[in-house]
Parts: sequence; C-alpha cells; structure tokens
Amino acid sequence: MPLIEIKDLHAAVDGKDIIKGLTLTINAGEVHALMGPNGAGKSTLSNVIAGREGYEVTGGQILFDGRDIADMEADERATAGIFLAFQYPVEIPGVATTTFLKAAMNAKRRAHGEGEIDAMQFLKLLRAQQKELGIPDEMIKRPVNMGYSGGEKKRAEALQMAMLEPRFCILDETDSGLDIDALKIVSDGVNRLRTAERGFLVITHYQRLLNYIVPDFVHVFANGRIVKSGGKELALELEEKGYAEYVEQAA
Amino acid sequence: MAATENTVQTVRDMERYKYGFETDIEVETAPKGLNEDIIRFISAKKEEPEWLLEWRLKAYRLWLTMDEPKWQKVHYPPIDYQDAYYYAAPKTKAGPKSLDEVDPKLLETYEKLGIPIKEQEILAGVESANVAVDAVFDSVSVATTYRKKLEEKGIIFCAISEAVRNHPDLVKKYLGSVVPPSDNYFACLNSAVFTDGSFVYIPKGVRCPMELSTYFRINQKNTGQFERTLIVADDDTYVSYLEGCTAPQRDENQLHAAVVELVALDNAEIKYSTVQNWYPGDENGKGGVYNFVTKRAACRGKNSKVMWTQVETGSAITWKYPSCILQGEGSVGEFYSVAITNNCQQADTGTKMIHIGRNTRSKIVSKGISAGRADQTYRGLVRILGGAEGARNFTQCDSLLIGDQCGAHTVPYIESKNPSAKLEHEATTSRISEDQLFYCRSRGLNPEEAVGLIVNGFCKEVLQTLPMEFAVEAQKLVNISLEGSVG
Repeated sequence: MPLIEIKDLHAAVDGKDIIKGLTLTINAGEVHALMGPNGAGKSTLSNVIAGREGYEVTGGQILFDGRDIADMEADERATAGIFLAFQYPVEIPGVATTTFLKAAMNAKRRAHGEGEIDAMQFLKLLRAQQKELGIPDEMIKRPVNMGYSGGEKKRAEALQMAMLEPRFCILDETDSGLDIDALKIVSDGVNRLRTAERGFLVITHYQRLLNYIVPDFVHVFANGRIVKSGGKELALELEEKGYAEYVEQAA
Repeated sequence: MAATENTVQTVRDMERYKYGFETDIEVETAPKGLNEDIIRFISAKKEEPEWLLEWRLKAYRLWLTMDEPKWQKVHYPPIDYQDAYYYAAPKTKAGPKSLDEVDPKLLETYEKLGIPIKEQEILAGVESANVAVDAVFDSVSVATTYRKKLEEKGIIFCAISEAVRNHPDLVKKYLGSVVPPSDNYFACLNSAVFTDGSFVYIPKGVRCPMELSTYFRINQKNTGQFERTLIVADDDTYVSYLEGCTAPQRDENQLHAAVVELVALDNAEIKYSTVQNWYPGDENGKGGVYNFVTKRAACRGKNSKVMWTQVETGSAITWKYPSCILQGEGSVGEFYSVAITNNCQQADTGTKMIHIGRNTRSKIVSKGISAGRADQTYRGLVRILGGAEGARNFTQCDSLLIGDQCGAHTVPYIESKNPSAKLEHEATTSRISEDQLFYCRSRGLNPEEAVGLIVNGFCKEVLQTLPMEFAVEAQKLVNISLEGSVG
C-alpha cells in the first residue's frame, strides 16, 4: 500500500480554485520533490495535506495508509504521522520550545494510547537530537521560534520532525531564508530521517536544496497540477531552462 | 467548524465553572438589610470593644452620604443593599477547639474545591506540612492552623476578629491607616460591616518561614462577603501571603467588597498573591459575584517592597486596583496581573503606584485575556509627586482577544511632578492568530491544548511570579487540560 496517495485533488481557498486535478503517489522510503514557479499552489498543497482550515477540498481524495483523511482534523493528521515543516515557522511567545515539544510528543502518545513520556527519557532523546542538529540548550529554552534566525527556525523544525518521528514529512520551501551552511545542517538532519518506513514530499522553488536532499522523483507543478514527472535529473533541467515552458503549457 | 468558533468554544468549555455545589450548614444570620442595629449585632457577635463599634458606626454614617462610583467601565443592575444578609456564621458552640469539632461538611467542601493535599493535610492536622491556612468559611474562621510554629517566631496570623480581642493595640494602630473608611464607597461599606478576614503581624527581623494561605469561600445565599485583611511587616521582615477563592454556583448576584491593607516598614518585603475564581455567572451573564475590592499597600519604610500578583478568572464584575503608596525612600512596588474574562464577565482592574519618596521604583505587568462577549479594562495610575526625586516606573499592558465579540481597553493615567522621574509605558493588543493555532495543531495539539498553551505563554511573565503552590493552580485555571504539557 502506498504511504500517501493523492487522487485527482481539487482544492480552493476563498472560493478560488488553486489545485486543479493533482495526482501523486508516494511510497514509504521515497523522497519526492515538487518544484514549481511561485503561485503554482505549492504551499496550498502542503496546507491541504496538513488539514489547515480554510483550505477546501472540492474534489478527489487524499489517502494516508489507505485511509481517506478528509474528515481528520489537523491535529489528528499530525498524531497519525503527517508532519509539515513550515516555510515560515510561527512564533509562540512565552512557550519554551522544550515545553512545546513535550506537549506535542505527549499529544501523539495519547493518540496512540500511550502514557506521557518520562521526563528523563524525553531529555535523553532531546539531547541526542540537539547534538545531531547542533542546537544549543539556550535555544530550546527560548520561546518557540522567538528571536530565532532563519537557519535556527529551520533547524528547530528539523528537531521537531526528528522528535515526533512522523511517517510522512512535507518540507515546505525549507530552503527559503537559509544560507549554505544552515542548508547543509538542515539537509543532513532530514537525510538522517530517510528510512524505508518514511516518505518525504520536498516542496521547493530552487534546485539547490536537491543537491543536499537528493530526491527519488521530481515533479513539476504548475497551475495547480503536475505537468511533468521524472528522476532527479529533471531538477537540473529546470534549473537550466526555468519554468516558462511549463507555465505556458499549463495555461 | 471555523477555527475562531472552535477557539471560542474551547475557551467556553475550559472556563465552565467546576465548583457548582453548595454546602448545607445551619447558619445563624442577622436579619436581612443594613442599619445601625445590624452593625451593633455584628459587633456584639464578635464581642468587639466599644472603639471598634464606634469606628463601624462612623463609617456607616459616612457611607450613607456617599454615592456608588460610576466611572468604571462595567454595567450592572442597581444593587439593593437592603436585600442582603450582612452576617452569616456556621453554627458552632463556642468556636472549634480542634479540627474534630469542625463540621465534616466543611472539610468535604474543601475537598471538592481541590484544595491542595498540603493544605488538606494541615486541615487534617498533619504537622510536617508547610503552609498555614486560615480557612475562612463564610464569615468566620473555622480553623486557624499552624499557629504554634508561627508563634515561636512571634508571628501573629489569625482571624481579624481574634486580633481585635488579643492584639487591640496593633489593630487600632493600623486598621484603616492605609484604606480609611472615607476612601471609597465600597471600602466604607466594608468598614461598617466587615465580618472577617485575616490579620498578620511579622515582628522585627523575622522572615516568615512559610507561605501564609487563606481560602475564602462564599457559601451563604445572599450573604455579602466583607473580609478585611491587615498585614503589617515590621522592620527587616519578609512574608508571602496567598489568597485563593472559589465559590459555589448560584443564581443571585453576590456582593463582595473586601479591603486588604498592607503595611511595610523599613526593609520589609510583602508578597501578596491572589487567585480569584468567584462564580462568574453562567454563559448568559446570569448570576455571578460582584467583586468590589480595595487593596492597597503602604510602603512606609526605607527600601520596603510590596509585590502584588493576581490571577483573576472569576466574578461577573471585577473592580479592583491593588495599589502601592511608595513613601519610604527607595521603596519598591510591583504589580503583576492576569485577568481572564469570558462570556458576559466584566473586569475593570489595574493598579495605582503613588511615588512619594526619593528613588522609589514601580513595575506594572498586566495581561488581559478577553473571550466570549466579555469586556475588560486595564486602568492604571502612576503618580510621581514633587519630592519623588529619581522615581522610576515601567508599565506593560498586553491584551489578548479570543473571538470577535469581546473587548479590551487600556486606560493609563500618568502624572509626574518631578522632572527627574523616568516613566515607561508599553501596551499591545493582539489576537490568538490562526497561524499560531494551526502551527500547534499541526504538531498534534487539540484546539483546547493549543489555546491553553498559547494563553499560558502569554501570561507566563505573571504566572512565574506566583509561589509554586499557586502557580500550578493558576495554570490549571488558565487551562485545566494543561497538565503534563508544562515541562
């Protein structure tokens, strides 16, 4: 069974059709890159999959582990194993990153009928992941995403992803706002999570990120649908030629 | 369901009042209404000396000439002061000598209220516990515990009526010295009819070894609560006092007009923390407590310090401005407040910092959260008098709105008569954003947890000033489902 199966998806925001018949299948163990020009609906897709309110599915369906997720709230999708790494991670004043992480982990455990995580066990897991991502204690004591640099925000997203161990990860423009060093750290973090059980959808405008997170498949997304699919070489082709031909083709 | 509706519903559920029960205990009440005979009845019941009866009567006569204040931004039907009882006491033989004599129903009530185990232990007589509770049940203290340990230090912690009998000189010297009867309408009424409250005296050089704690509880239909609390911290002392309130659900509005007076002498420090959770009325604004409270501290001594922390979640109407008169040179006043109003609750609350002495400092941090159709006003006064050379104030007022039918207002009054004073005022108004909610939910938090987490984050600066015993309770009040999510 595919990990995620998107069938002829149509979605609208404020009554405006943004996704117009998108079909995509991702199996466990695969990394798919979705590339497209600005305004193609890339972020809309990530919000639709994550279950954000106001993003209305007007046709088609999304199956996660064979289950239609249409009726699942955002938090239910999250605890079921869908994770969205935000393009612009949100600041939450006064809530320490550790507190937030623990709340998220406990929410997931509760959904799976498990008790709350032991404080020592939590700390041990956290320390290990912090080390991998080069995140100092001082940073996670700060409120969620407050005063973080662009790179720190994306590293914190990678930390959350690593701690929550989702089965399907969406990286929404993770490369935006990152310098090359930060890009490398975050990519390494993602690559460590690449396992046979986990699938990724990497949404990006630029090919650059894909030098570090090498995809199994690349899809060109324009005007609300996938207009071309291929291997990783497709990304290089796009880098060279740009999106112009696809935008015209789709329109 | 739209996210906003969701949020509003969440807050509504979160805030639905848990403590809706009523304990049936025989009470000996004074007849309904208010007149000089009632005041004589109260005074006689309390076996008060003549001077106090005169003090009460004088206040009463003054009160008759006063008008209810109208400047606050709250609306309520006229209060019929003749339609209330001014004295209700649990019926006891001669005042309980031990906890065995306390009506088991009272203890049961404490249990229902979820009074922390520690306090329950004290009520049960366990000697190793570390918080002293002067439990106020309706108008009379039924159990004053831990007195022995405090007595060893020379600390007096008792019901105010007891202090009148046993420490008349101290009471006479300080009662009304911070909030005189003429101060305002409600304080004046309180002066005439107060029936209980606590008295604390910390003798010179003593650091109070434990948090002093009082649970107030209204438990008699139509009985106004008129507590009077007086805390005197002599030179070189420290005391932390906790006041927590919950009240049983009922339909009639209940008038609550307390007075709290704090006196800090040289190098004395008083920390006064309140968690107020009186019955706020139902979703449609029916019932609920009218809470008209006058709280004021006089920092009389050099380098004295008073810190007010309040978490106000209850009452239909809150009218409350814990204040500091910074008279002693180098004295410090601090005010930390979280006020949550929901449904039809109305709150007009804030503080007054009056800088009289040189190099006096004050800090105000106010966090208001408004939801439902509630309306909330921060009203704060910072006054620098001519002699307050080098005075400093920092004020921060933040309001958080949940839903689109509530209101938040900030009314700062700033008066400076000394050019060397430095004053800062910051104010913000914000909403819980859809972005924040979605971010939390995309990490698996349900709407209730998400709102609770965000609101607790918003209040953090204030909540962290509470003593541990209260911080936990306060966080639960902000969101009962937060348990386990706070690392």
